Amino acid sequence: MSTEFLYFVEVLINGLMAGVMYSLVALGFVLIFKASGIFNFSQGVMALFAALTLAGIMEGQVPFAHIINSIFGTNIHHFGWHVPAVLAIILTVFVMIGFAWAVQRFVFRHLVGQEPIILFMATIGLAYFLEGLGDIMWGSDIKTLALGLPQGGARWLEDATAGLGGDDFYGFFIDKLDMVATVVAAVLVTALILFSQYTKHGRAMRAVADDHQAALSVGISLNFIWILVWSLAGFVALVAGIMWGAKSGVQFSLSLIALKALPVLMLGGFTSIPGAIVGGLIIGMGEKVFEYMIGPMVGGATENWFAYVLALLFLVFRPQGLFGERIIERV
Amino acid sequence: MKMKNLAAVAVAATLGAAPVMADLVIPDLSYRTGPYAAGGTPFSDGYQDYFNMLNARDGGIGGEAVRVLECETGYNTEKGVECYEATKGEGALIYQPLSTGITYQLIPKATADGIPIHTMGYGRTSAANGEVFNWTFNYPANYWDAASVMVNYLLDENEGSLEGKNIALLFHNSAYGKEPIRTLETLAEKHGFTFTQLAVDHPGQEQKSQWLRIRRERPDYILMWGWGVMNQVAIQEAVNIGYPMDQFIGNWWSGAEHDVTPAGAGADGYLSLNMNRIGDLPVFEDIKTLVHDAGNTAGDGSNFGNVLYTRGMYAAMLGAEAIAKAQEIHGVADVTAAMVRDGMEALDITDARMEELGMAGVGPAFSVSCQDHGGSGLGIVQQWNASEGKFVALTDYIAPDDSVTLPLIMEDSAAFAAENNIEPGCL
Amino acid sequence: MFYREAGDFKTSYAEDNQTFPIKFDRYRYWFVLAVAFLVIPFIINDYWANAIFVPFLIYSIAAIGLNILTGYCGQVSLGTGGFMAVGAYACYKLMTAFPEVNILIHIILSGGITAVVGAAFGLPSLRIKGFYLAVATLAAQFFLIWLFNKVAWFYNYSASGQISAPERFVGGIAVTGPNTEAWAKYMVCLVFVTLCGLAARNLTRGTTGRKWMAIRDMDIAAEIIGVNPLKAKLTAFAVSSFFVGIAGALFFAVYLGAVEGGEAFGIQKSFLVLFMVIIGGLGSIFGSFAGAAFLVVLPVALKMIGVDLLGWPTDIVSHFQLVVVGALIMFFLIKEPHGLAQLWRVIKEKLRLWPFPH
Repeated sequence: MSTEFLYFVEVLINGLMAGVMYSLVALGFVLIFKASGIFNFSQGVMALFAALTLAGIMEGQVPFAHIINSIFGTNIHHFGWHVPAVLAIILTVFVMIGFAWAVQRFVFRHLVGQEPIILFMATIGLAYFLEGLGDIMWGSDIKTLALGLPQGGARWLEDATAGLGGDDFYGFFIDKLDMVATVVAAVLVTALILFSQYTKHGRAMRAVADDHQAALSVGISLNFIWILVWSLAGFVALVAGIMWGAKSGVQFSLSLIALKALPVLMLGGFTSIPGAIVGGLIIGMGEKVFEYMIGPMVGGATENWFAYVLALLFLVFRPQGLFGERIIERV
Repeated sequence: MKMKNLAAVAVAATLGAAPVMADLVIPDLSYRTGPYAAGGTPFSDGYQDYFNMLNARDGGIGGEAVRVLECETGYNTEKGVECYEATKGEGALIYQPLSTGITYQLIPKATADGIPIHTMGYGRTSAANGEVFNWTFNYPANYWDAASVMVNYLLDENEGSLEGKNIALLFHNSAYGKEPIRTLETLAEKHGFTFTQLAVDHPGQEQKSQWLRIRRERPDYILMWGWGVMNQVAIQEAVNIGYPMDQFIGNWWSGAEHDVTPAGAGADGYLSLNMNRIGDLPVFEDIKTLVHDAGNTAGDGSNFGNVLYTRGMYAAMLGAEAIAKAQEIHGVADVTAAMVRDGMEALDITDARMEELGMAGVGPAFSVSCQDHGGSGLGIVQQWNASEGKFVALTDYIAPDDSVTLPLIMEDSAAFAAENNIEPGCL
Repeated sequence: MFYREAGDFKTSYAEDNQTFPIKFDRYRYWFVLAVAFLVIPFIINDYWANAIFVPFLIYSIAAIGLNILTGYCGQVSLGTGGFMAVGAYACYKLMTAFPEVNILIHIILSGGITAVVGAAFGLPSLRIKGFYLAVATLAAQFFLIWLFNKVAWFYNYSASGQISAPERFVGGIAVTGPNTEAWAKYMVCLVFVTLCGLAARNLTRGTTGRKWMAIRDMDIAAEIIGVNPLKAKLTAFAVSSFFVGIAGALFFAVYLGAVEGGEAFGIQKSFLVLFMVIIGGLGSIFGSFAGAAFLVVLPVALKMIGVDLLGWPTDIVSHFQLVVVGALIMFFLIKEPHGLAQLWRVIKEKLRLWPFPH
């Protein structure tokens, strides 16, 4: 095997891994879109908010400290305790459930039956709201998530494969964090599929996704189901926030990962959980390989647009995405 | 249409607004929100705290109180323009635009309005040519100096020769990131090293391709022109692939505490450039007692003394010195923007003066002239010590190679002058 | 009392088809135009021009453009920022290549160039629909910005990659460059806004507009009754991009004077214009103005209230700004999902009957 080829394989593997990271974000979109037809633009901000909350709780930060201080002239920052990671995650999940309830109660309950673009717009409002709220609550400095997730290249793999294709091959590089992300994504998807196939609420969720009216008529509470999917999406956002936040620290830019998820979503189809995964893998692999092969010739930094062009190429042949529901049009 | 109402408001506001000119007005175009908030907050804290300290200690500058007008730009050009227009009527003396985009906006505007701009280590490099850019100052150093200082540091490390070395530039794919390319290309020719460019698109959260390429090609040194989330991710990825941190040098906007802390202990030894020295300066005592303990801080005080806070304070000091100089030249305390420009052009920062101000060696000694608005261009290399959680100066001030940067500055400023029909000359 | 007509007695098509069927509206329209053209230029200062009016007018043009595409023809586009960049860079290249030609002609030509680019990126719309179409336009957004950043020819090989507008005159008065008077900037934008508004209104109520709306409401049905979807969709993309291109050219040349593609015309801009269109009201020219005004004026107003009146720290104010804007968007959508334009229509209906609602 030539070194060139091995490096190509390395890029390929890393692309797939990056794709998994994109899928984590895309999953949240799919959950909500499938159950309620809402294209949730705020998914990225939800990831930021969840990660901020987690970091804040772990550090024992006082929420709204800045505003309290400037109103009352106090100087409080921290409660002075550190919450263990597991407990903090559970607390954050509760916050996200509360958030889901509030979103349902105050916003989307009043917008039932509106056109998709109106619902989309409402989530944009939500994104603004949440972004501001997150900053007010926890401050806008960069926070480090001390969850003890493994980071860095897997040395054993590097050592084992070094020199395979000659002396100038340094072994395969795979980020340990990416491996963790892959496992987490696999567990998450399996759990979601099991949940929706075999539990009562999961089946109700699928019924709602199929047909709101019919589901309502057999006694399924739409309200409950929507709170449920928003909570699930909040949980997925938390996972995505943790994974991305581990790399860069928790900061505002985390909300921009939604842009990485959009091509994945469009390629995979808005309504399919496997689609989100497969779409992520294709996009991740495609953009990395393109950057590796063609990037140096055209000056690099091609990944942002290439992901979209790739999705576009797929869509021209399958306008509903790879796994999307077939669009049937009647006059 | 809505415009009727707007017009009514407009009439009311124009009638109501009259410029107030009582004290020295210093606008602070800060960005405490948005993707770059982590970098903007400490700078603005330092900038404001220093002026507040002057007010508390000396009653301002030359007996005239300083009024800092903070305006939030969020690093957004349009908001920056709004801030500029909102503050200039108040009698603003000096602008510190703090973003490349806003700087390019303000250079022509402020020139037309007659207000000096100080772009400290950012913005338009060729503004160092004061004959073309009469109202813009970028002392003490600029990006091309930075590139040259980095190469000079590397020359030092390699016994004066970079022949056959491979140096990569990892840059934010924007006007800011592309600044050093021309200088580095020239330097590569001069010193015989191979120069590789690696562009990272905004925002820079995903840099796997770039770092896989670095891992494959193993450049001897990596220089970084990054900002925002790109810094943290790049340093983390460097740790991940096991790149030696002491061969990885960021410029002065890629070398603050928050850039390295997310990568934890792995980032130990990371190098970055700095245009000012950090550490325990006597002036911090004054700021602590007169501003912090008085509950008068601009931020929450958590950034006190860190890299960007110190830089903000340094910027404020240079501004205050220019105002003092203007007062000295013109003999009045209540100076105007045009007088401050004269003060900036006659600025002479000496080691003795810095010591007097309680910040000995915070920056290099330099003087400004009509021709040279760029200062000395000196910079230090600092190293991150992860266990102590602070940057430590590794070298003394290193001089850039003026024979490389100066012709480039002349060329670019001449092009600008030709494009905008400017007749170079002193005011 | 004045806001009414006495029954529905229209005797000609022209009467039935007029934009402002009520006399009061017509007078109001002329009044607004008169104030805009004859009063504001004399009292405007730098702050009001640069912070409010010029951005408002330019965003109105962009919003009208996007509204034609999204509101009238039903094609969701997230490429507005990219198309604005095409307008801006086209204008820059034209300005520097042909300095002797009038800048106003350059601006119109930039619109034309953008129309061609827009139509090309509109091709996938024949196959892809709804939110999926957004991907095609996003591809345009990211690709165009990358291209302008990468190919040095577009920014005349300047060291920084920024483009800056040289000084240009119309009838001896500077309209670009740093020495432009506030009123000159304002007037240039106002003239373009008025022309674009009139053009858009007349396009949308004629055959072309009806074809677009037929496509929007159901493209298969439209095709069956003889609307050519290829032509209708591509004209919508072209016309929309024309307006957006003009907005981009004005944004660069008149408003900012110097821009960097990625920063000024990034994805945020695409979203911003889309927000304006949706908040203002899809399929309404008035809505485009209302939406632009809402999103330009509101942040400035909030900032003034928070910082200047209440004296809060600027960072808290700008965080609150996000919260308030977000909450207001949601509130408006709940109260009136069809945007400010619909709210306006409802008020007008009420006024028409007032004070005898029965």
